[in-house]
Amino acid sequence: MWKLLQIELFKIFKRPRTYISFAAITALVGIIQFGLKLDGTAYMEFMLRDLSMSFDIEGNILNAYLVCFIILQLLLVHVPLLISLIAGDLISGEANMGTLRLLLTKPISRTEVVFAKFLAATIYTLLLLLWMAILALFVSLLVFGSGDMLNLKSDYIVQLKSNDIMWRYIAAFGFAAIAMITVASLGFLLSMFAENSIGPIVATMSVIVVFTILSTLDIPIFNAIKPYLFTTHMIGWKGFFDVKVNADNEAIAGTVQNLGKVMQAAGILVLHIIGFLTASILVFRKKDVLS
Amino acid sequence: MKPLVIFIGFVLISLISSAQDVTGLVKKVKTRLDRVNDYVAEGRMKTDVAFIKAPAGKVKIFFKKPNKFKLKRDGGISILPRGGVSVNMSSLLTSESYTAFSAGESQINGTTVKVIKLLPSAENSDVVLTTLYIDEANLLIRKASTTTRENGTYDMEMSYGKYAEYGLPDKVVFSFNTKDYKVPKGITLEYETGEKPAADKLKNKKGRIEINYTAYTINKGVSDKEFL
Repeated sequence: MWKLLQIELFKIFKRPRTYISFAAITALVGIIQFGLKLDGTAYMEFMLRDLSMSFDIEGNILNAYLVCFIILQLLLVHVPLLISLIAGDLISGEANMGTLRLLLTKPISRTEVVFAKFLAATIYTLLLLLWMAILALFVSLLVFGSGDMLNLKSDYIVQLKSNDIMWRYIAAFGFAAIAMITVASLGFLLSMFAENSIGPIVATMSVIVVFTILSTLDIPIFNAIKPYLFTTHMIGWKGFFDVKVNADNEAIAGTVQNLGKVMQAAGILVLHIIGFLTASILVFRKKDVLS
Repeated sequence: MKPLVIFIGFVLISLISSAQDVTGLVKKVKTRLDRVNDYVAEGRMKTDVAFIKAPAGKVKIFFKKPNKFKLKRDGGISILPRGGVSVNMSSLLTSESYTAFSAGESQINGTTVKVIKLLPSAENSDVVLTTLYIDEANLLIRKASTTTRENGTYDMEMSYGKYAEYGLPDKVVFSFNTKDYKVPKGITLEYETGEKPAADKLKNKKGRIEINYTAYTINKGVSDKEFL
């Protein structure tokens, strides 16, 4: 199994396509950081204009923690598209090149092949997120410095102390990993049904785009279906940046406002992963490999 | 006719002497506060505003005559209500040009206080009216209520301890009216349909900031850099 995983990882990282995602993340994060560094003050004035009417806000508001939060908000909606580039190609790519039949002549079970490919896709996803974390959080720490973080929500503001933030990012990236693996498993499942890569990649992207639009549209008729769309739960990582308050409305460090809801969202995503993976195994075991 | 003139004259004389009394009292309080040229204070600040979830935190406060004031929060970000009088004792009496008149007596936490209203003479002053509740026996301002043109009405309640001889409080509770806070979800990039706080909890509530001072360093000099 280990050998099989190594081979799959070799195949993924041999393809130039794999590095498009890393380059895209680097460019996007760099552009956002560059923009915020040059004109972040104007951006913050715009964001805080309601609050500034009644309050004087002083300090390094646009610090690394807020910059990383802004980057994650902007990018985590789009990273699934990059993940589908690889996940949608895992089986269909081999079918297209005619290597799938050859692979299955080896003394390994089809389930093992599925597991090895899925694990390779998972490792790729985790590496992509790790790269994003390094750029969005650690590079931002060097460029923007640290400090308390202001999480600006539409109805209220959450101020997090600087020593109460890092664990939240670790948890948020952990959650994002589950969300992205869900996308990878969907792309992987769709790649079972095609003989070329384009179909599953575009199909995965389409599902993500349509579901994300439905999840974000604030139209009552769509609210009923939102809980059943996995994209609705993919933004659950933001929950780690809201805190509970005590009777005096004082934020309690180390708490999460709706931890149950965040864990429920993570659970639903894990169930999706299990579902997509199980379906992939069942489909692949019965698949008539002709190419 | 003659008794009426005598009566009016008596009333005017008593009003003028009363105004002189309260002006004298305000000046005495100001003289005590004027002993402080500058200070650096350490304390702990609690913010209670309906739409702000903020932790209590350490603060460092810098003051320098006549009205330089800066509050720095441990961790960097401080959110304070707008208005120069915020949590600043001395700024209440900075101006020399005001008219003081007595508004009777009242009780604050069992202490009898003189209620004095200060009307600024300057027409363009942001402060419209300041009401001081002065503990005459100890020459301490126990409470102040300031109405401004731009930022509504602020109340400050002071408790005194070991720095009372300088007129500096150990605890200040600052309360003020807050406006509604609402930012479109498209701007905050907030798409989740999470549980929302009750709407009435977020609207038109009094905000409250409490500072408990733990130590003052008085008249040891404060660099102007601290106020930048």
